[in-house]
Amino acid sequence: MLRFLVRRLMWFAITLWVVVTISFFLMRGVRGGPFDGERVLNPAIERNIQARYHLDWPQWKQYLQYIGPFNLDEQGLEVFGGDASDPFSGVLVGDFGPSFKYRDFTVNDIIGQSLPISASLGIIALLWALLLGLSTGIASALWRGSRTDVVLRLAATGGIALPNFTVAGMMVILFVFLMPLLPVAGYGTWRHLVLPGFALGAPFAAYISRLTRTGMLEVLSHDYIRTAHAKGLPRHTVILRHAIRGGLLPVVSYLGPATAGILTGSLVIERIFAIPGTGSHFVNSALNRDYTLAMGVTILYTVLVFTLNALVDLIYTVLDPRILLEES
Amino acid sequence: MALLEVRNLSVRFDTHHGSLRAVDDVSFTLDEGETLGLVGESGSGKSVCNLALMGLVPRPPGVIESGEVWFEGRDLLQLPESELRALRGNSLAMIFQDPMTSLNPLLSVERQLSEVLEVHRGLSRRQARKQCAAALDDVGIPEPERRLDEFPHELSGGMRQRVMIAMALLCDPQILLADEPTTALDVTIQAQILELLSDLQERRGTAIVLVTHDLGVVAGMSDRVAVMYAGRLVESASTLDLFARPAHPYTQGLLASVPDLGGNREGDLFSIPGSPPDLVELPAGCAFAPRCGQVEEACRSGPPDSLDLNDTAAHGPRRVACPRAHAGFETGGLL
Amino acid sequence: MADQATKKMGDWGLGAGELERILSEAAKHKGESLWQDAWRRLKANRTAWCSLCFLALFTSVAFLAPLLPLPSPVSLDLQIEPQPPVAPWSQFGRGGFSPEYWELSGLDQAMVRGRVAIFDDWQTAAWLGTDAKGRDILSRIVWGSRTSMLVALAAALCSLAIGVTYGALAGYLGGAVDNLMMRIVDVLYSIPFIFVVIFLITIVNEYRTELEDHYGINREVIFYLVIGAIYWLTMARVVRGQVLSLRHAEFIDAARQLGASTARIVFVHLVPNVLSIVIVYLTLTIPAVMLFEAFLSFLGLGIEPPKVSWGLLAVDGSEMVNPVRIYWWLVVFPAAAMGATLLALNLVGDGLRDALDPKLRGQS
Repeated sequence: MLRFLVRRLMWFAITLWVVVTISFFLMRGVRGGPFDGERVLNPAIERNIQARYHLDWPQWKQYLQYIGPFNLDEQGLEVFGGDASDPFSGVLVGDFGPSFKYRDFTVNDIIGQSLPISASLGIIALLWALLLGLSTGIASALWRGSRTDVVLRLAATGGIALPNFTVAGMMVILFVFLMPLLPVAGYGTWRHLVLPGFALGAPFAAYISRLTRTGMLEVLSHDYIRTAHAKGLPRHTVILRHAIRGGLLPVVSYLGPATAGILTGSLVIERIFAIPGTGSHFVNSALNRDYTLAMGVTILYTVLVFTLNALVDLIYTVLDPRILLEES
Repeated sequence: MALLEVRNLSVRFDTHHGSLRAVDDVSFTLDEGETLGLVGESGSGKSVCNLALMGLVPRPPGVIESGEVWFEGRDLLQLPESELRALRGNSLAMIFQDPMTSLNPLLSVERQLSEVLEVHRGLSRRQARKQCAAALDDVGIPEPERRLDEFPHELSGGMRQRVMIAMALLCDPQILLADEPTTALDVTIQAQILELLSDLQERRGTAIVLVTHDLGVVAGMSDRVAVMYAGRLVESASTLDLFARPAHPYTQGLLASVPDLGGNREGDLFSIPGSPPDLVELPAGCAFAPRCGQVEEACRSGPPDSLDLNDTAAHGPRRVACPRAHAGFETGGLL
Repeated sequence: MADQATKKMGDWGLGAGELERILSEAAKHKGESLWQDAWRRLKANRTAWCSLCFLALFTSVAFLAPLLPLPSPVSLDLQIEPQPPVAPWSQFGRGGFSPEYWELSGLDQAMVRGRVAIFDDWQTAAWLGTDAKGRDILSRIVWGSRTSMLVALAAALCSLAIGVTYGALAGYLGGAVDNLMMRIVDVLYSIPFIFVVIFLITIVNEYRTELEDHYGINREVIFYLVIGAIYWLTMARVVRGQVLSLRHAEFIDAARQLGASTARIVFVHLVPNVLSIVIVYLTLTIPAVMLFEAFLSFLGLGIEPPKVSWGLLAVDGSEMVNPVRIYWWLVVFPAAAMGATLLALNLVGDGLRDALDPKLRGQS
């Protein structure tokens, strides 16, 4: 177990480093900077900005400053010529620097404010997806070939046939305008999260439904299911104890990339329902050339994906005793 | 009064190639404590027969066309599912051919054993554990306590089959249906498993229906033998009689196909000419007619009836579905 | 040789006539190749077959779009609000057609000329309504299908080219090379690709003029390449898995032992087995790409007006959602078109997967 975690962390560190380095130099290497779109500023302010964001330093120095852990500017360690008032900074100590666009905030502030909101939206979407997906998938597999199965399968396939903003739009028309049950936008009460959660979770529910159905059908055709029936076990035991474990394995594998997808898919939903989450920062930071925010969000995403994948692999080994951690 | 009585059982399968009868008008009986060997080639219908007795024939595409299966005064084919379930794993148990695929790889041995006791004996999981360890010990598994917490893939093939047998015998069934229990195992392990079954039968008095294609297994284990071909029961007799004086041409062919270890090394090995028929397009008349060396015109017109054979030297009742066989025995002796 | 054969047969009591009878009987039971079996099963699968026919129909309509008497998808009328749909039986057609389009290819232009020659200035009425800029929805859906399908197909093929090559190479070479190649895939997988795409497109926008002038690469080609560069990962993994398992398959060993040359092994044995899985994934990638295009259009990074795609239509519709006037036709019709097509694609993909699954061979 320890070996597994250590190896994963190592790969994670390498990946992260590669991603950060490439993005860093790529963003700066490309024409156009974060302040291009703005009005011409008076020289004093411009000098201030240059100094604050260290834009006058050579690129390698900016890079090192960004990575950390040592602060290289005037407040850094004495060995670098500073006054040691703020010796540590940079990504390695968890400091993502100031935002280029929202100049009064640091990236940590921005992410800190928006992440919990996105997280709650994401969790609700995931719950929707699991609830809908698992139940319809299992039902579909159990009543294979029946009309229920056909309807459920069409619904599941249909769920991945529409972009989520279209689904969101239709939901809004139905549940907000035609039947005023839920608020249209904003963030505040749990009611605000129902529609966005559903719109976000719907395509994942569809996928999970299909995966569950296929997984269950495959498992149900195995010999050991026949043995379970031959032992006189009631149907619900056969399904819930013998079939589900094997049948859900593909869903567990899918949950890793799925959760990552929910986190990024939320940017569309957040825009439509005006939810102040991290999703919009994904896009806007790239469009605005807000380097630090963009990097911060990317790092966040990568961390999440890695953690989730590791978790998924762990769960997998719990469910299937034949798989050893090292292999996964 | 026989323990199990099967009358005129017919099972049909509807596939997109056509319909076929995997089991065609099969009747046999099983007495207490006896072993009945059910022999036949692949596709002869012997496994489906076993499955039909437990109500485990997959429907669709299988359909029980007709027949009765009498056990404990009830026709199993007419029982509602809930009552059948009470019998399965309890008074009627089944073991399957490949223990690797027949045991759930994701659950521990203990889980798969104790659930039988939980369902049929109302025990809690903890209470059941002791009995499970005892059951494993009974089938000759060393260190049973340790094995309980292991998973099927951690056991050898022979041990897995022993686990299957232990699982089937937990509730002391009256009938054990064994579907080719040794086919997937090495020869040496085969012998061990057969010995185990024999031993358990002696101690507990379980009746066994042993389905196999291996005549050697049948000769060693069973009291009586029933031979199946193309879904039909062509001959049934006590083991001694069948091997000493086979009546049906197919049985004769089967026995002649067994190489004689001490015999002549020259010449070719004998095998029954032709190949088993396509069950979807069976010929009218006797299914074996195209391959039979003693075929007559009458054989092709309609399927022969299964009648009692008049064998004066027989150790028990004999039935054959072949008019030539009857004729042969009337005139005293094999042809 | 023949003497020996007849001698053997004589032992069994078979004459020459018997041999012929047996051979002719054997010829009757013709085995099925994988493709024949798959095609038969696909046809038997009603949902998949209907979907396939639907797609064929749709593609033909899309291809012939310039020839059809539809209003221009581009001509603006900014004075009026979105008009609700007009039933064909109350107003079938109207005059006033003007051939305004973006830059069309030679073939398309020829078709437009043909259309004008046949129909003069008659065009269909607004059966599906018009949008906020006065453009006909039906026409935009039909013309949009061309763009969307083209984009999806091109991007999918792009990802196929990269993915199959990469995966086959990794699987075939095996060992350390395979390990390294797959690690790279894993690393790429964990990068948030949406971010990468946005990033790439914004970068490309900076250098747009150079790219267009010097290399003739326009925004759309970039689009295909970028999307293809993302979706090849899954294809590579799948192909590699398939090649790996095939390399050690017994039938490959058997073929080799029977003296088959490497070329024969590759083309007769390996490729068809890999091809089937590739086809299935291709049909399932296309819907994903279409949705992705819609997503990019939502962000304003997709197809640019005056060209129209389903993604743009979906976005236009969702932007017009407001509680005062419910312009439902702007959302429902494009959604129906897109949903039906993607549904059909998925059903065909599922059907193909079932049809090509060797474990289900011989079953209905």
